[in-house]
Amino acid sequence: MSDPHAITREIDRSHMQVSDEVAIQITNMNKWYGQFHVLRDINMTVNRGERIVICGPSGSGKSTLIRCINRLEEHQAGQIVVDGTELTSDLKNIDKVRSEVGMVFQHFNLFPHLTILENCTLAPIWVRKIPRKEAEETAMHYLSKVKIPEQAHKYPGQLSGGQQQRVAIARSLCMRPRIMLFDEPTSALDPEMIKEVLDTMIELAEEGMTMLCVTHEMGFAQAVANRVIFMDQGQVVEQNEPKEFFNNPQSDRTKLFLSQILGH
Amino acid sequence: MQNSATFVRKEMLQAQEPPTSERGAIKWVRENLFSSALNSVLTIVGLVAAFLVIKAALPWLLHSVWNANSLGECRDIIAARYGEGATGACWAVVRERWHQYLFGFYPQELFWRPTMAFGLMFVALAPVLYYGNQRVNTIMTGVVSILTILALIGISLAFPQTIGGVEAGALAVLVAALVLGGLTAVAWLAPKRLLYFTLLYPAVGFYLLWGGSIWGPIGTLAGFAVLVVVYNLTKGQLGVVVGTGAGVVAAAVWWLAIQSHVTGALHSVLPLGTAHVDSDEFGGFLLAFVIGVTAIAASLPMGILLALGRRSDMPLIKALSVGFIEFIRGVPLITMLFTASLLLQYFLPPRSNFDLILRVIILVTFFSAAYIAEVIRGGLAALPRGQYEAADALGLDYWQAQRLIVMPQALKISIPGIVSSFIGLFKDTTLVALVGLHDPLQGVTKVVRAAIEWKGIYWEPYIFVGLIFFACCFSMSRYSMYLERKLKRDHR
Repeated sequence: MSDPHAITREIDRSHMQVSDEVAIQITNMNKWYGQFHVLRDINMTVNRGERIVICGPSGSGKSTLIRCINRLEEHQAGQIVVDGTELTSDLKNIDKVRSEVGMVFQHFNLFPHLTILENCTLAPIWVRKIPRKEAEETAMHYLSKVKIPEQAHKYPGQLSGGQQQRVAIARSLCMRPRIMLFDEPTSALDPEMIKEVLDTMIELAEEGMTMLCVTHEMGFAQAVANRVIFMDQGQVVEQNEPKEFFNNPQSDRTKLFLSQILGH
Repeated sequence: MQNSATFVRKEMLQAQEPPTSERGAIKWVRENLFSSALNSVLTIVGLVAAFLVIKAALPWLLHSVWNANSLGECRDIIAARYGEGATGACWAVVRERWHQYLFGFYPQELFWRPTMAFGLMFVALAPVLYYGNQRVNTIMTGVVSILTILALIGISLAFPQTIGGVEAGALAVLVAALVLGGLTAVAWLAPKRLLYFTLLYPAVGFYLLWGGSIWGPIGTLAGFAVLVVVYNLTKGQLGVVVGTGAGVVAAAVWWLAIQSHVTGALHSVLPLGTAHVDSDEFGGFLLAFVIGVTAIAASLPMGILLALGRRSDMPLIKALSVGFIEFIRGVPLITMLFTASLLLQYFLPPRSNFDLILRVIILVTFFSAAYIAEVIRGGLAALPRGQYEAADALGLDYWQAQRLIVMPQALKISIPGIVSSFIGLFKDTTLVALVGLHDPLQGVTKVVRAAIEWKGIYWEPYIFVGLIFFACCFSMSRYSMYLERKLKRDHR
């Protein structure tokens, strides 16, 4: 297996525990873009502490799926319950879910007019109503965790891609979310920056964070995930433990995908 | 083996001085003026044209006359000095009539009031224009204060007045020195506090300009208090949006129906006030600034709301915004001004007597807001979708996202367009001549040229007015460039 970003470090699994508590429950969920049936009958249960990697060819609906979990996309049929709150058009519920669920985007989406520190303190101050001083302390704590406290007073435009993505992770963590969603966090990065972002994500997993990652980093999936979900044409085709998933894929579609992604 | 392809350089070549054709002025001239036959011809034609213009205009400017009482006198002086048939500029008209260009027919003994209002306007603007830059803020307040006091001294010397044996001008200077000194002290010690003065300024400026009973502006301010009180009482049960609506309705009822009775009663009990100046007496740059500045200040927030409305998901809000913007943009400003002077009165409740300047301000604001809304919509469209998504994902609600994330960026992108609109609006204030107001360009110049002494003068008033307009618009343009530089966040 020739993965350029193969995870070589030792993973500390002492805090990686999957509990019985349900974090996300998706039942018979369907979504259409106009006439296009993008998500078909999705059923999925995520327990607290799970680290799930979702993979699949482009256009398979994997990003749309995790964007439905914090209602960046609206689903038209079925049910999504996050932390006991069902996502409907009720704005209060949506805001409640969003403040509990952190999201990291492919293109970072930092706020370019604010400093790194302001990016991190904005939501805690305005959504959580935390005093500025306290929010800044929390922000500095998480910025140290992602190893860029010295950049706190710079603007996002002055940072490298990898640094920006780590700030984006810190920004999400400042809201102290119970679930983290990652939407292809390393796809827009230069190869040498992918590792620093993956390291940050691994540390997060080691602390027991519930994570859903859409990613093609199979090394990360093997090292950290407790479950890999393969999607194609808006459906879950296969899911399994990483070892089984990679060594013994069941469906032909999965085999083809894995041969393409790992073959070179 | 001598001819083998292997080559190793032992000594590195030193950089050499470029030839003269690649250096300094000669290079610049060759590249920019004579790079091709066509460019050489154009350069020569341009030089000749420039020479002809200067040759025609320079003697006229050099033969300027400042001291004369009429155009005829000007011509006699020029003929005597420079010979029969010489041309010259007669700036004496500016010297004689500058006060009309600045204040129109505003009573001369009250010139200190618009001067004071003008100075205070910059004090009020300083904390907004240089937000977060307290040093510049303080310097601007100080400089404006000194200039205002100097202007007041100049006016009191030009139009000496005595009230009850006291030199009125000296009194005005003293009052101004106290007020401006106080404000400068505030700017020095607590620059943030100056924003309270900015909030209060519309009432202060209005009262200084129009005067009359002190209860008028206090009654108008009370309308805002009504708005806030009703909002606070109702928002608990009805939510923020309905609460705001109820507050606005209550304030409108206060302003249109109740205020005049209350202020009338108060005035009959306690008749405090100063001399009232009628809107007919306003003119010149005073009028241009009153209309321009008010419309600029009011059209920006209105334009922001319209731009947001146009992008709203709510069909009614969207339809209203689109309808408003497209209707206003589709109608010439002159039509709007005629509407202001003739039609608007029909739509208002009976016996409410809206001032003509106020009506013009309202419609010019609408006009400008429609354009600003489209400029800002461009800025909103330029924002990547990821910014909205990130704001949503962090749990910010709509207004928080707009205020903290979207608007700071969209407005920054829109600065050139917004300032362009403002400059256009400021110059368009001269169109109010068409509804009988004395704007500096058309209105006042007509009055000046109707006087027997200045009949036949042509260039000088227009050049004078044009220069002042240029100074104002150029300052706005430079300020917008400063702002763009200041807000630049990438590549530093």
